[in-house]
Amino acid sequence: MPIEVLLVEDSPGDVRLTQEAFRDSGKPVRLHLASDGIEAIAFLRRVGVYANAPRPDLILLDLNLPKLDGREVLALIKKDRSLKIIPTIILTTSDDETDVLISYQLQANCYLRKPAHWDAFDNLVRSINAFWLTRAKLPQQTRNTQGDRYEKSCAPGRG
Amino acid sequence: MKRVVLLVEDSPGDVRLTQEAFHDAEPQIDLRVAVDGVEAVAFLKCEGVHAGAPRPDFILLDLNLPKMDGREVLARIKEDDHLKTIPTVILTTSDAEADILTSYQLQANCYLSKPVQLEEFENLVRTINDFWLTRVKLPQHAQGD
Repeated sequence: MPIEVLLVEDSPGDVRLTQEAFRDSGKPVRLHLASDGIEAIAFLRRVGVYANAPRPDLILLDLNLPKLDGREVLALIKKDRSLKIIPTIILTTSDDETDVLISYQLQANCYLRKPAHWDAFDNLVRSINAFWLTRAKLPQQTRNTQGDRYEKSCAPGRG
Repeated sequence: MKRVVLLVEDSPGDVRLTQEAFHDAEPQIDLRVAVDGVEAVAFLKCEGVHAGAPRPDFILLDLNLPKMDGREVLARIKEDDHLKTIPTVILTTSDAEADILTSYQLQANCYLSKPVQLEEFENLVRTINDFWLTRVKLPQHAQGD
């Protein structure tokens, strides 16, 4: 069963780098993209064109986003009883201590700074992979909202 | 500056393994140990014999603890405006889905299960050091607050 990752990122270059780094990792990751905060929330709440969106296992969230700021997206995720358990990792160019502190106050699961160089960026995605997608135990959620009974065996029914 | 890590663990064997693995991975870490939940909370709140305790940069918390359960300790950390920003990672032998879910509901930063093999345990501690204490940006706190 692929691991569903939602990347909330408005920079096409960073999206490209993240996609390539995940592809090279050899893990069965399905990377979904939201390019602004409104789109991220619509995806998570399965609104409109996202009615059939899978529930992400992990969220990578940039802070500076158009339409709805990443801090606001994080606050909405962590206030929502169902969404709050999805590990949400801040991945941003900001090195500002205030942003770090606010993110942890809003209960981001961790804060990572985007490196400026491709090699370092690739390494960082690798370590996200090695830690969050390999070591960490992620909560097993029902992929479709109904039926807690099917918790672990819902994959074959999809699509 | 030395990073302060609070390990909340009641098994002396696991404490020893964690100390050795951290020492091998990063000798600069100042690892403090609380052997039950009550002691962990006293340490974090600088109460009693822990009056001069440093604020941890990072917490490794077992779930099954004497006196006060790890879930209760986690809830107290994450309800406290001052303590909630300290990344708190669950490190436990439990693999139960209910424990994983409850921990994330209580806003644990991450959940790890303890490997039974020595070598795997050492690897895990190294990974924690590489990821949480090297890669991740931890919140900076004014010293002495």
